Amino acid sequence: MTTSAPARRTAARIPVRLDRRYLPVLGTFVVLALMLVVGGTRYDNFLTPAVVSNLFINNAHLVVLAVGMTFVILTGGIDLSVGAVLALSTVVTAALLQAGWPVPVVLPLAVGVGTVIGLAHGVMIHLFQVQPFVATLAGMFFARGLCFLIAPESIAIGDPAFVELASWVQIAGQWRMTSSVLIAAIVLGVAFLALHFTRFGRTVYAIGGGEQSALLMGLPVARTTVLAYVVSGTCAGLGGLLFAMYSRSGYSLTGVAMELDAIAAVVIGGTLLTGGTGFVLGSVLGVLVLGLIQTVITFEGTLSSWWTRIVIGVLLLVFVLLQRVLSLRRT
Amino acid sequence: MADSAPTDILEMRGITKTFPGVKALQDVNLTVRRGEIHAICGENGAGKSTLMKVLSGVYPYGSYEGDIVLDGETAQFGTINDSEARGVVIIHQELALVPYLSIAENIFLGNERRRAGGGIDWNRTNAEAAALLQRVGLNEQPTTPISALGVGKQQLVEIAKAISKDVRLLILDEPTAALNDTDSEHLLGLLRQFKGQGITSIMISHKLAEIAEIADRTTIIRDGRSIETFDMATAGESSEAVQNRIIRGMVGRDLDNRYPDRESHPGEEVLRIEDWTVYHPTQPGRVVVDKANLTVRAGEVVGIAGLMGAGRTELAMSLFGRSYGRDISGRAYLHGKEVDVHSVPAAIRSGIAYVSEDRKQYGLNLIEDIRRNISAAGLGKLTRNGFVDENEELKVAEEYRDSMNIRTPNVLVEVGKLSGGNQQKVVLSKWLYTAPEVLILDEPTRGIDVGAKYEIYTIINELVAAGKAVLVISSELPELLGICDRIYTLAFGRITGEVDVPSATQEGLMALMTQETQEATA
Repeated sequence: MTTSAPARRTAARIPVRLDRRYLPVLGTFVVLALMLVVGGTRYDNFLTPAVVSNLFINNAHLVVLAVGMTFVILTGGIDLSVGAVLALSTVVTAALLQAGWPVPVVLPLAVGVGTVIGLAHGVMIHLFQVQPFVATLAGMFFARGLCFLIAPESIAIGDPAFVELASWVQIAGQWRMTSSVLIAAIVLGVAFLALHFTRFGRTVYAIGGGEQSALLMGLPVARTTVLAYVVSGTCAGLGGLLFAMYSRSGYSLTGVAMELDAIAAVVIGGTLLTGGTGFVLGSVLGVLVLGLIQTVITFEGTLSSWWTRIVIGVLLLVFVLLQRVLSLRRT
Repeated sequence: MADSAPTDILEMRGITKTFPGVKALQDVNLTVRRGEIHAICGENGAGKSTLMKVLSGVYPYGSYEGDIVLDGETAQFGTINDSEARGVVIIHQELALVPYLSIAENIFLGNERRRAGGGIDWNRTNAEAAALLQRVGLNEQPTTPISALGVGKQQLVEIAKAISKDVRLLILDEPTAALNDTDSEHLLGLLRQFKGQGITSIMISHKLAEIAEIADRTTIIRDGRSIETFDMATAGESSEAVQNRIIRGMVGRDLDNRYPDRESHPGEEVLRIEDWTVYHPTQPGRVVVDKANLTVRAGEVVGIAGLMGAGRTELAMSLFGRSYGRDISGRAYLHGKEVDVHSVPAAIRSGIAYVSEDRKQYGLNLIEDIRRNISAAGLGKLTRNGFVDENEELKVAEEYRDSMNIRTPNVLVEVGKLSGGNQQKVVLSKWLYTAPEVLILDEPTRGIDVGAKYEIYTIINELVAAGKAVLVISSELPELLGICDRIYTLAFGRITGEVDVPSATQEGLMALMTQETQEATA
């Protein structure tokens, strides 16, 4: 309080100033930087290209899920199905490849599964005014059940074309990445442009700020709401594909509770759960924070991996409290 | 205190309340005599509600400076419960009732009538509630859920709840803001009755006529300071004079002319609607607007006067892209050509703009900045290949900030932080950017303080001077008479009259507004 009062006073006078809406994202960024610094000083080999690359590689699918989730949460909704849809996508990919379908056909089908489920959510939520929580909960059960119907056991992926696709990509010199990371980066880039520079993005924020007022401003609320769930579903389908590349298998129990990780990443990234404010880049920072916690705990060695969950829980609380404080100040 | 039975029930001395960065109240003094109705007046943001929150313990003792003396004893309320225990009960502007609980349950919420074992004694609860309802003149069963009641009746339940707590000092924050005239009258009558029973009332209100009618004394608060307290009996001869006296205190200057002058030069007819009929969205068969016909010409301000529930907003919103109602029939013409208003975007394209009576819910995205609120309705004009031209957007916002005189350090400020008047200017900017032919303004000055009202009227004048057609809906007849050229009266969904303003009187309009048309031979 003592530092913020004078800071605010000067801020009001300077025309170009730090928007308070960026504060949560900045907070996430600071946490991320702190973790890197602490990790780097505490452990050898922490700040090596291999570790950093792995951070991205291990979390590429979660980045894509969190990006899709950001659209939905910005409209004031939620999508609980993404973990199950991701699993369904891995299973569809593995099963079709096992059946000998060619890769160029399998890839769009795996992503398309997510798109269709997302569309179904959007229609239920907008046309029939079903609560997003309930509609996507139903979608979650549906997708998870379908997984087991298709493949009760894990299916390994041996298709050479697919394996080739999932392998390393040279970026610069010694630095390599998997193609899944590149795909995630492209998804992020497209989402960033769509949210911040297009009419569609504006409408997403406007719906989160108040659906009634958005309607009376003549904005295409119906189309945009449905589209937000389509985006999230498609991202989940794509996330499944990335996860199948990463794990080289399709398994029905993949991604249990992963939707909660995605939601946590979005919230830690500074997006308000009630919608209307937030940044897709923040969501990615959120994913990286989650991933880094995991890395730190691995480096620590003696700690149970369940500490990851505890730390995530604490962080989530801190960030939600921070948002509360900020929005209380606003009124 | 020297005397044992002080005539003052309450004395607040030197109250100062500071929020981070803002001094909301500064050395405020308020003395309330036993058994009087004491009005508190001031512009929005003057500190009235803050003062009442200090008094009722919402802001606990220690979070403010100064003393509260109740019945000659210094009071130190830590919570609302403390103040209620001393008979001080506040009824907030936003009613705090639980919609799905019954009237009786709401009245005794937190104060349940219990049996020996601890369970709720329903017989006693309902019987006592019935007695309380009778006292406030509400003819409803105690078991009726709150959600089945209108705002007026809910207000009465709040008052019944207050009496159940043995209230001695009743504080009402804008009690009649959401009520129609009949309900307001009833409420004011009730306050008078309480006065006879020895209950003191403090009332915050913007309705000056009401205060002139009912209050014994008035305290003016301006910019967080108590300016003066005066006896209503000596404040002026007529209600009009008393109101002017209050306004003078509130704005700190004489406001001779509450409405800016305008020369009327109506031109060609712009908007005409014929046989406009709207049914209630959820109650099939209930007609809310019945075969309405009206016209608005270019350069003309046309008013719609009607009591609450007459169908004013329903008429406007159904016209604006069928945002309200179902089975809408009738024709709308702009410049003599029939137009399609089946959806909000279609209505906007046709050149219609609608400024809602509920700015916060329907007019603005409160958590977004001024710039993006202004561009929201006309975003298509700023979009190239799906991408929004942000430089142009900023330029547009800056232009409107200047032309509409929106008081803000910059256009990146969140709209939720602006005052009501500035918010309304943002809404108007948003619609002007869509270049409408017709502006429908629904209660354009609701919740806006006196100074900003004048600015809004000036903007309306500029609009009609530029050849726009303006349709204004208002509950305040003086406002309609002050700014309109013509007024239609609406009663029970039907247009009951059309009056030219020079020949109109409040009494005449009110007669038309309450005129029940004989039921048509359906």
